[in-house]
Amino acid sequence: MRPAVRCFGLAAPLLLAASVAHGIEQGEPRSGIAFASPETRAMQADDTANPGLFWVLDGEQLWAKREGAAQKSCGDCHGAASASMKGIAARYPAFDDKTGQAVDLTGRINLCRTRHQQATPLPHEGKEMLALTAFVGFQSRGLPMAPPADPRLAPARAQGEALFTQRMGQLDLSCANCHEANWQGRLGGSPITQGQSNAYPLYRLEWQGLGSLQRRMRACMVGVRAEPFDYGAPEFVALEAFLATRAKGLPVETPGVRP
Amino acid sequence: MPRTLINVPKTAKAGEIVEVRAMIAHPMETGQRMGVNGAMIPRDIVNRFVCTYGSEVVFAADLWPAVSANPFLSFSLRAKEAGVITFSWTEDSGAVHVATADITVT
Amino acid sequence: MSPIPHLKRRDVLLGAAAGLAVLALPARAMARPEMQEAVKAFTKGAMAQEGRVRLDLSPIVENGNAVPLTVDVESPMESADHVRRIALFNEKNPQADIAIFHLSPASGRARISTRIRLATSQQVIAVAEMSDGTYWSQTRDVVVTLAACIEVL
Repeated sequence: MRPAVRCFGLAAPLLLAASVAHGIEQGEPRSGIAFASPETRAMQADDTANPGLFWVLDGEQLWAKREGAAQKSCGDCHGAASASMKGIAARYPAFDDKTGQAVDLTGRINLCRTRHQQATPLPHEGKEMLALTAFVGFQSRGLPMAPPADPRLAPARAQGEALFTQRMGQLDLSCANCHEANWQGRLGGSPITQGQSNAYPLYRLEWQGLGSLQRRMRACMVGVRAEPFDYGAPEFVALEAFLATRAKGLPVETPGVRP
Repeated sequence: MPRTLINVPKTAKAGEIVEVRAMIAHPMETGQRMGVNGAMIPRDIVNRFVCTYGSEVVFAADLWPAVSANPFLSFSLRAKEAGVITFSWTEDSGAVHVATADITVT
Repeated sequence: MSPIPHLKRRDVLLGAAAGLAVLALPARAMARPEMQEAVKAFTKGAMAQEGRVRLDLSPIVENGNAVPLTVDVESPMESADHVRRIALFNEKNPQADIAIFHLSPASGRARISTRIRLATSQQVIAVAEMSDGTYWSQTRDVVVTLAACIEVL
């Protein structure tokens, strides 16, 4: 009898092989770039060939642009990003005192806009937000992911881990089914990676543009035929908080390049 | 206005062959894709690239939709004299985007 | 027991082979003739000989949206003997044309790199036009792997 669950015909036999696959706990965390072709790796490594740099350059301009009723720029408070933002993206998501919740970089930028610039929040996946997160992330490039030892983040991390291992969608798959149990396997023609979060926002050849980690997770959720969470949903921030602990030590690659 | 990223060595010896790179932020919309409601997204590409060194055109390219988004080009030049290297990208609409770089020749 | 008693194993095998041949036909019919026509238009009907051109691109690519390639043509790039143009054509995209590069002795070296789109696994050809009016080429086969999980827009 044919298996009831099929994803391009290859997933079913692959997933049945789960018992012989290796979990991440048996090795070091490995960035998605390690699974990419030499051509894709070269594109990421060379700033004159990496199209993600366009977003970084746009972000640099936005950093200096006065916004909102307060007519303040990011730089008016934070000064030169090369100093003030160095290592910041490596430590996000962080805990926000005022809301009492975990907040990712996108959320932090929008909190800055509403609280300090008195400006409207930017759309999550819009060009401006991607440019700002790419620019801030770029200031940490090469630094190890360093999730903070803040106990107030524990509930979000626990929720994120629970979501990571929870089966969902019509294919009834969890993130962990692919990215923990089968990360050395292949799905169709593509290698299955560990699903690490150290290169976002990143330039995806499939997207022909830059996108956030949440866009990637939404695509995964649609892939397993689940209803994706909304952009900025607490569930996504919780997943990001868990993924950051999982990526601890991997160098920030923003803006990464992936197929 | 689209952004450009160009890479030209600042200095070169006379007669030296240098590698030049040019990239422009552009969707290179093929005209083959369907948008919302099944309507075709109209073609919008950079169809011509020209590189001028001093007053001489030293490299040019005609491009079709099969060139990737954010088109990337790398080619060579023979350094002859100090001057300005000009890069221009022409879109289907006729809009032209220009970037320049100075080169010092010793 | 076979549902059709008179059918022998050999007949079944032959039938299967014929079925394969029939299945193969549409694929061949789908290969457009335009790549060769596009090359002929570029060479103004002249023969493009194999050689002197090196088309470097990975035989297997992860995503057809951006396939990096480099074309290198053997030439002294002097006014008496140089590469005038390099053209790239493909076999199975909606259009055969990819790009035409215009070079001169000022280029110093006949070497270009770019990134192209390939809709599916197919052939790509690089053709160089020399200053003496001859044409040289190299053809490469590329397998474009498709991601299992792609984003639905």
